[in-house]
Amino acid sequence: MAHLDLEKPLLERNDRLAAENKKLTDDAGVFMVDLMASPGAGKTSTILATIEALRESYRIAVIEGDIASDVDSQTIKSKGITAVQINTGGACHLESDMIARALGVLDVEALDLIIIENVGNLVCPTDFYLGEDAKVMILSVPEGDDKPLKYPGIFQISDAIILNKVDTTPVFDFDREAFLSSVQGLNPTAPVFEIAATTGQGVESWIDWLTARVDKKKKPLR
Amino acid sequence: MHEMSIMESVFDNAYEACKSSGYTTITRIELTFGEMTEISEDSLRFAFDALKEGGPAANAELAINVLAPRSQCLECGAEYDHDRFSVKCPECGSVITKLLQGREMQIDAVEVE
Repeated sequence: MAHLDLEKPLLERNDRLAAENKKLTDDAGVFMVDLMASPGAGKTSTILATIEALRESYRIAVIEGDIASDVDSQTIKSKGITAVQINTGGACHLESDMIARALGVLDVEALDLIIIENVGNLVCPTDFYLGEDAKVMILSVPEGDDKPLKYPGIFQISDAIILNKVDTTPVFDFDREAFLSSVQGLNPTAPVFEIAATTGQGVESWIDWLTARVDKKKKPLR
Repeated sequence: MHEMSIMESVFDNAYEACKSSGYTTITRIELTFGEMTEISEDSLRFAFDALKEGGPAANAELAINVLAPRSQCLECGAEYDHDRFSVKCPECGSVITKLLQGREMQIDAVEVE
């Protein structure tokens, strides 16, 4: 009988491939953002609003993660934007090897911004680094103001938080102050952008935050 | 339920270590998880029982060590333990902090024979 000391990180392979994704996008000067939310929070409509605001000035591609179907990537493609669909085949989150394959089919050098739409889930995507420059989560008003208390991890890991569907606040019992106070406790440094993606309300503050980061990473034209 | 894919990585590592050391049976697997991860111990044990069947670890026991979060204040330098909900510095109230411990997911050791 023997006791073998291993002391090995379990996500070593994921983290190694994520670091390769990061290097690839760093070398190309492209900013990669991982958008996370529960199903129906408005990831796709937030992406569409972002595309509309930025498409004249930036070269954008979208990596769509879903358990099944290509509904979302077809929506993005119908707007004339490159989209790569990843079907996880049941898995509840994206992992870095899936992103590596998606990056492999994109002309990364010819892009400024890659938006990853993670699988709809407030839990599992939290634990997987994909090589992104920022993790951003979306909560929508109908989901309720108590979600930061129930799913603290995703609020803590996010670099910015979008509160979507604020135009529906009058019909839902959503306590904005309680929500902001819970978020502040969990992640005091993350900005919260209050938007309605489908009407464009409040979207500018999110766009300003994002473009500042895309510009910072963009390679100067030679 | 990403515990299933985490547990697959546990078994990959355990089988590899067992085989490369010339042993055939795994009797115990020791893991460490930080409380700031999204891992549920119940789901982890369920995945362990489901995946160990029919393999070299079929009769192995699972030991899980849970690490409480620990942070350092980047303003006053204090180091402190905290729960998973509040990361603020208890000394000076600063929110500019760095997590030192709490996001670990590691296979520590295996016992083989």
